Amino acid sequence: MADTYDAIVVGGGHNGLTCAAYLARAGRKVLVLERRPILGGATVSEQIYPGFTFSSCSYVVSLLRPRIIRDLELSKHGLEILPLDWTLSPFEDGESLLRGPDPEMNRRNIARFSPRDAERYPRFGQAMGELSRLIKPIIEMPTPEPSKLDLGTILSVLRLARRFRGLDEDAIAAQLKMLTMSAVDFLGEWFESDRVIAPMSVSGIIGTFLGVRSPGTAYVLLHHYMGEIDGAFRAWGLQKGGTGQVALAIARSARAHGAEIRTDSPVASILMQGDEARGVVLENGDELRARVVISAADPRRTFLGLVGEERLEEGFAKQIKRFKLRGSSGKVNLALDSLPEFGGYPADSPVLRGGDITIAPSVDYLERAYDDAKYGRFSRRPCMDCVIPSLTDPSVAPPGKHVMSVFVQYAPYHLKEGPADWENQREAFGDAVIDTLEQFAPGLKNRILHRHVLTPWDLEQTYGLTEGNIFHGELSLEQLAFMRPAAGWARYRTPIRKLWFCGSGAHPGGGIMATPGQLCAETLLRSRTV
Amino acid sequence: MPVKSPFHERIAPLCTSYAWKHWGGYYAVCHFGESHLPEYWAFREACGITDVTPLFKYELRGKDAARLLSRMMVRSFAKLRVGRVAYTCWCGSDGKVIDDGTVSRLDEDHFFVTAAEPSLSWISRVGRRLDVEIIDSSETVAALSLQGPTSRDVLKQCSDADMDALKFFGTTRARLDGVELRISRTGYTGDLGYELWCDASDASKVWDALMDTGRDYGIVPAGIDALDMARIEAGFIMLGVDYHSAPHVTIDARRSSPYELGLDWCVELDRDPFLGQDALREEMRRGIAWRTVGVEADWGELEELYERYGLPPGLVPAASRESIPLYSGSRFVGQVTSSVWSPLLKRQLGIASVEAPHASLGSSLRLEHTVLHERCTVAARVVEKPFFDPERKRRP
Repeated sequence: MADTYDAIVVGGGHNGLTCAAYLARAGRKVLVLERRPILGGATVSEQIYPGFTFSSCSYVVSLLRPRIIRDLELSKHGLEILPLDWTLSPFEDGESLLRGPDPEMNRRNIARFSPRDAERYPRFGQAMGELSRLIKPIIEMPTPEPSKLDLGTILSVLRLARRFRGLDEDAIAAQLKMLTMSAVDFLGEWFESDRVIAPMSVSGIIGTFLGVRSPGTAYVLLHHYMGEIDGAFRAWGLQKGGTGQVALAIARSARAHGAEIRTDSPVASILMQGDEARGVVLENGDELRARVVISAADPRRTFLGLVGEERLEEGFAKQIKRFKLRGSSGKVNLALDSLPEFGGYPADSPVLRGGDITIAPSVDYLERAYDDAKYGRFSRRPCMDCVIPSLTDPSVAPPGKHVMSVFVQYAPYHLKEGPADWENQREAFGDAVIDTLEQFAPGLKNRILHRHVLTPWDLEQTYGLTEGNIFHGELSLEQLAFMRPAAGWARYRTPIRKLWFCGSGAHPGGGIMATPGQLCAETLLRSRTV
Repeated sequence: MPVKSPFHERIAPLCTSYAWKHWGGYYAVCHFGESHLPEYWAFREACGITDVTPLFKYELRGKDAARLLSRMMVRSFAKLRVGRVAYTCWCGSDGKVIDDGTVSRLDEDHFFVTAAEPSLSWISRVGRRLDVEIIDSSETVAALSLQGPTSRDVLKQCSDADMDALKFFGTTRARLDGVELRISRTGYTGDLGYELWCDASDASKVWDALMDTGRDYGIVPAGIDALDMARIEAGFIMLGVDYHSAPHVTIDARRSSPYELGLDWCVELDRDPFLGQDALREEMRRGIAWRTVGVEADWGELEELYERYGLPPGLVPAASRESIPLYSGSRFVGQVTSSVWSPLLKRQLGIASVEAPHASLGSSLRLEHTVLHERCTVAARVVEKPFFDPERKRRP
């Protein structure tokens, strides 16, 4: 039977779609297969409650690379990212810290807790920006493979090394610390006030099963500083109409280049012929053939699910089994009749309009939240990041009403009672979130029209994120760059011939960055396999 | 010294930035808050409300009103239907543009004209010996611009006008919180939007009603800085920035014909006589020397350029009115007169005047760009204008 397609992409999330768009743009005949009735994977917006558009999973955009936006003409296809400039951090005693684009305001606000921290704050931002700029090329190119020292690898390592040449010792030390320290220790080298450190340390634990005092979390902090909008680092935004519109914009671009995209088409397995991938078998039994198959699913699902352990070499299978997914977060989406005050700021304050609200009142609070998770319980008083997109983008809710997105950590996939027990604990988890929020935003509870609680179990069952891990694998050091998803297989090829890999479980990792999809497509095209 | 607009009482307490500028003899807000960007985003995602009272406004009444306008403007007004608005410009007998604005036909013999600069004496001169009464309503009529995707919903909620029937470039009378006013579906943002014209004494009432209803629709008071970004994305030229009023300048090189400004589409050349007709005919015969075009800088080159200095691309999401030279090879062939980094489109855009041979779509040019005091150039291309043209702008 002849190949019908040059490439079949399994999974219509933002990476699968990006990969398809780049291949289609290069003139290849591409088919994308999405299991769900809607595209986007975890980059999705849904009307769970009539009139309210929830960005169910991923809710902010930051890492989407500018080059991808331009290459795929995403602005033309509906990408519109509204900036999020403020961060409000309420504390338990009713005080709050507001940080935003105005340096004078930041200085005044931080100085209430520590005048020294207030002065160091802009310097910290500058230092992080500098580190981000150094690292930027690493996340924009396929990772070098130390095990395969070919000329290309050597050249790319030299190019990278050139950027670090001439750095002073302090900068190099900062770099090393960044890679090894905990978020709290790293921040502690800069700041003294717990009220400054605690809210800032949260970025270090997002999506990991670690606490703010766990080593290695400083790097995750940097990962969140790398968000770049218009050449400015540490920039976050909201997509108009909900995060799902990002995936739809990429899909429109892919279709405009001739890609075929099918929803409601779950793939059961990779169709193998000998040791070579020849296509896919759908759950309905249909067989589709292509010259290459590219999986955008997470590593565990791809290799142990779609391929099957029996077809994998033992060492590789072991690596994939050990790859840490262990989801640690949940999501609560709220439809609100009106808005309460947050941390003393009225609902119509411009602060809430273009910002997020971080519930991280102290380092101890965050550690206690982690303690719960360590022993297989969701945090009774969790760390949260809230955004109210309807304030800047009224199109996502009826007039005067609002949607609020609450990212919640910790919600460990592995409950003491086992992951399936999330079915019994879902509402109690939702209650813990709302009760905690009520303390910082009195009156919130009575304004809730609908509550949509997503546990890591739901993230797995509904959105296909194994163990509910939002990054397709923790962003811990041993799972990054040439180790992602497995040593020796970080350049989008897999041990299965003609099977490629383009999800967030590939270098450079998760978040709505789309780089894995782009780099996979570019590497594939360069390899002349298709 | 500028004076306060009729909306000043409402606007002043909201202007926490204290950033004011002079516009047409009035105080106008540059940006209300710390940054103009939330105001810009309101134009694109919700709705922004801007005081545009400083526009100069004239009413023409009488049986010869249409004839006067047809004689003065580059287009004819004989056939403009009642309830319709037309954009136009006007020239002196040298065929060079004096000003541009909109003309609304409120009744068979009743027109309303907006202009960027005082125009009473010019209109009166053209109207000599015609049966027209010319009223300067610049100070008696207050004007608000309500622009953005939710602007229609706001007006639906707080006015009695049939907003679904009001087409792009249409105008209608309406009542808003008991106030009689006029709404036109026009604006300077290239988005869905409206301009409201009311009696100056009703200004506060209209402002309050709009702000009150607008709260549920994300309304944001917006200043001139945000408006300037939006108008560049929309590809609209501005008097005093992208061109100069012919009588105000002393050398011909600084004067522009409607063709040079890209306003070919509103010139009706073969009709009854109008000011500048002969000169424009002659220009058509001779060939048009300059063109106003859209220009986009090449992002890759910009990024590389900044990288050479060890800097991230320092592009500012704000409108610039600085004129920037354009080259073909090493030869100067024109200038960008307005430019902006569009955060919406992710493109560095400019409105430029270039020599006609370099004006076709896709033409390659070099654009001057200063990094760390050093003047460099980057690749730029002539691209289609408007840069931003959402379907909702025209949609019924």
